[in-house]
Amino acid sequence: MFRGYPARMAHDPHGPQLPAARGPVSAAVRGYLAGSDALPAARTVAAASAYGDDLQLALYLCYELHYRGFAGVAPEREWDPDLLRVRAALEHRFLTALREDTPLHDSVEDGLAELLVEPVEGTGVSHFLAAEGELWQVREYAVQRSLYHLKEADPHAWVLPRLWGRAKAAMAAVEFDEWGGGRPERVHARLFADLMTDLDLDTTYGRYLDAGCAETLATVNLMSLFGLHRSLRGALVGHFAAVEITSSPGSRRLAQAMRRVAAGPAAEHFYDEHVEADAVHEQVVRHDVIGGLLDEEPHLAPDITFGLDATGYLEDRLAARLLAAWRAGETSLRTPLPDREKSHIS
Amino acid sequence: MPNSPADRPCRISVQRRGPLLVEGPVEVELEDGSTVTSDRFRVALCTCRRSRRYPWCDTSHRERS
Repeated sequence: MFRGYPARMAHDPHGPQLPAARGPVSAAVRGYLAGSDALPAARTVAAASAYGDDLQLALYLCYELHYRGFAGVAPEREWDPDLLRVRAALEHRFLTALREDTPLHDSVEDGLAELLVEPVEGTGVSHFLAAEGELWQVREYAVQRSLYHLKEADPHAWVLPRLWGRAKAAMAAVEFDEWGGGRPERVHARLFADLMTDLDLDTTYGRYLDAGCAETLATVNLMSLFGLHRSLRGALVGHFAAVEITSSPGSRRLAQAMRRVAAGPAAEHFYDEHVEADAVHEQVVRHDVIGGLLDEEPHLAPDITFGLDATGYLEDRLAARLLAAWRAGETSLRTPLPDREKSHIS
Repeated sequence: MPNSPADRPCRISVQRRGPLLVEGPVEVELEDGSTVTSDRFRVALCTCRRSRRYPWCDTSHRERS
């Protein structure tokens, strides 16, 4: 018998702490998770900037309930209809902005072809870190990326029941590889935690959510958005292809950056592993995941292109933010790390 | 993951531009007689000879702009 929403819910005793609010929307969502009755009003959501800290954190809070939740928050909030209604409004703002702002390729083939050409003089974050990155910048980069890498490949798992045949088999095989091929010590999220240990960072899941800038939150929210909606399965596949295709050369430069600052063997290994793994993954994703999906559902081609290009758009925004801060000698983080560099040198 | 079942041959995908894709796990014997192994579900073997992780592909075959 359906009794409606349970009046008393057990709270998750462990898990990440709720982060600090970044404006009225995230304050209301945070308050609701902490036990208040008030959710943000529609006009408050409408007034927030689509890519800004406030809206992106509010969306991140909603999505995190599908991963590990938060300490003290009832796990049933994941399917709270009132909260889902707010999440839908936040997603609408984010997705509408992305559809308006993302420059799109004419076809999946064009989008892939451009990603497969390697610029001789790249200007991205990995180029910067490989050529002139300092230890504090490498540590900040790891903090920003920890929001994704500590749950690496998890957002993409949601697409599996929405695929079948060749696309499903290939996607599952790549995910299996991401999760260590059955060996817990090789799960990529674990390898990233080992990298963080080398860099003297806290490996606790969710520890650096307060530190992550809005541009980082947006890159992770994009994966959750695409993963959680069957209607966006084409975009998820396009997004995954963009990540895998750009990862191998980018990881080579990041491995160089790790060596440059003498980060340690686990830090080097994380990126070395990605050079090799993603050289395989990008082949499998292009030929079998995208190829298989297009064979079954050719009408999804524009969504695949959108996923490819929206990923590039948000990654470029993040790169601009990080490089602007670092070139000015400033932190890219919302909550700076305690200065521990001296202990490394001595 | 087990290797390809004995009742069918090991499949290798070839492409004019790009690595050989071989069903893993594989053991590769190098010119000097040493061997390297990879137990990935699929393995990308460098054919352009530019890889810095030879014999594994590291996407060095890509066109540069």
